[in-house]
Amino acid sequence: MSTDLQSRTAAPPVKRARAPWKPWRSNIGLKIAMAVSGVLMVLFIIVHMAGNLHIFEGREEMNAYAAGLRSFGEPILPHESLLWVLRIGLVASIAVHIWTGIVLSVRSHHARPVKYAHRHKNKGESPNAYFVMRLGGIVIFLFVVWHLLDLTWRTVNPVKEAHDAYGAVVATFSPERWPVTVFYLLALVALGFHLRHGIWSAVQTIAGPGAKWRRRTQAIALAVAVLIVAGFAVVPLAVTFGLVS
Amino acid sequence: MKLSLRIWRQSDAAAKGKMVSYEIDEVSEDASFLEMLDVLNERLISEGQDPVAFDHDCREGICGACSLVIDGQPHGPQAATTTCQLHMRKFKDGDSIDIEPWRAGAFPVVKDLVVDRGAFDRIIQAGGYISAPTGTAPDAHAVPIPKQDADAAFSAAACIGCGACVAACPNGSGMLFMGAKVTHLALTPQGQPERATRVLGMVAAHDEAGFGGCTNTGECAAACPKEIGLDVIAQLNRDFRKAAVRAA
Repeated sequence: MSTDLQSRTAAPPVKRARAPWKPWRSNIGLKIAMAVSGVLMVLFIIVHMAGNLHIFEGREEMNAYAAGLRSFGEPILPHESLLWVLRIGLVASIAVHIWTGIVLSVRSHHARPVKYAHRHKNKGESPNAYFVMRLGGIVIFLFVVWHLLDLTWRTVNPVKEAHDAYGAVVATFSPERWPVTVFYLLALVALGFHLRHGIWSAVQTIAGPGAKWRRRTQAIALAVAVLIVAGFAVVPLAVTFGLVS
Repeated sequence: MKLSLRIWRQSDAAAKGKMVSYEIDEVSEDASFLEMLDVLNERLISEGQDPVAFDHDCREGICGACSLVIDGQPHGPQAATTTCQLHMRKFKDGDSIDIEPWRAGAFPVVKDLVVDRGAFDRIIQAGGYISAPTGTAPDAHAVPIPKQDADAAFSAAACIGCGACVAACPNGSGMLFMGAKVTHLALTPQGQPERATRVLGMVAAHDEAGFGGCTNTGECAAACPKEIGLDVIAQLNRDFRKAAVRAA
């Protein structure tokens, strides 16, 4: 390096106004919040996926399961108490997950303002993480909005009777409404990739395992993602292909 | 060998840089990548042009001064190798090679391929050291350290602070560097008294410098010339969580 160069100073890094630094507001602190909220949602969707399989027992059992979710704990607990615990927990988890996702994405954007002229294929352990988490997350969010309009509030579902969960599922995935099934399956693919990275990434962030357990967590994450996707996909496929009607 | 180079030229920090093409002839296969740039610079100087500025020091792969993103890869296409230890035999006659500086908000360009890595120094100043006077090296058996811990600490201490991890990271995160320093000191008895304040201070300095967060994509570990793995980021996360909970 020439002496001329040593005497030069670089441009000062761009400073952004920010609230005082607190550990939980650091990049790692926010990532831990994101990981914990993600784990809670994974636990929920495993239960949700298992519950969906009641559809294969027929209309009576499926609707009894749906009613059971509402009357759970009665008469000691009020009506829908389990559902309200789940709703509040889910809304809180989703809010934390999306908020931390936006803040960390914006910080990443500032941390890498200039792209490389020569793009090279990624070769890390989760080479597509950046893409499947951020873009996949948006796809999953849009799907959840549709899903609530369809099967919870029934706004876009032909079956309006709240107690007939079976009828609503059969109606929405009926063969002539095949685009709904395709959209559902595409959202599941996005969810699968999101989970495959998200599960091991959450464990890495919260627990910080050694190299051996990181590899094992990656394998477990893949297995859980495949199980969840398969468990969810079997319902619309069965209805669309007339196995459940 | 005959090569076409495209090199990032930027006259100073404020200037708007661009990729400039250079043809270079009769490059020896045995030349290192930096020697190839030396040859180019000799020619540019003899032609009265401004030579290409790039960082280098020991040229033995141990100091961490050399950088360069070669064809989109920090330190070039050869794994576990710094740019100074990369040789032209890795390339073919007639190849076209793109050379860019480390790209990160926290590493502003000084000139051409030289970036200011002072942000790493600020992270170290925030806790990446032991403040107790330790005197001369103790006898090897005076402070018992399990072999496993000694090996892991040594692997982490192999970090030369070059910044390839930041250059490779799509989030411009310095967590592999920081994780290596935290791990190295967390596994030795001398590092224990300041373990919690160290990790909190270093993480604060890291964020303050404008580095991004970790998405566990693993590009840093793949680019590291010293093959430091994601387990140092796991150690960093673990130590940070414990220290933050205790501080709260």
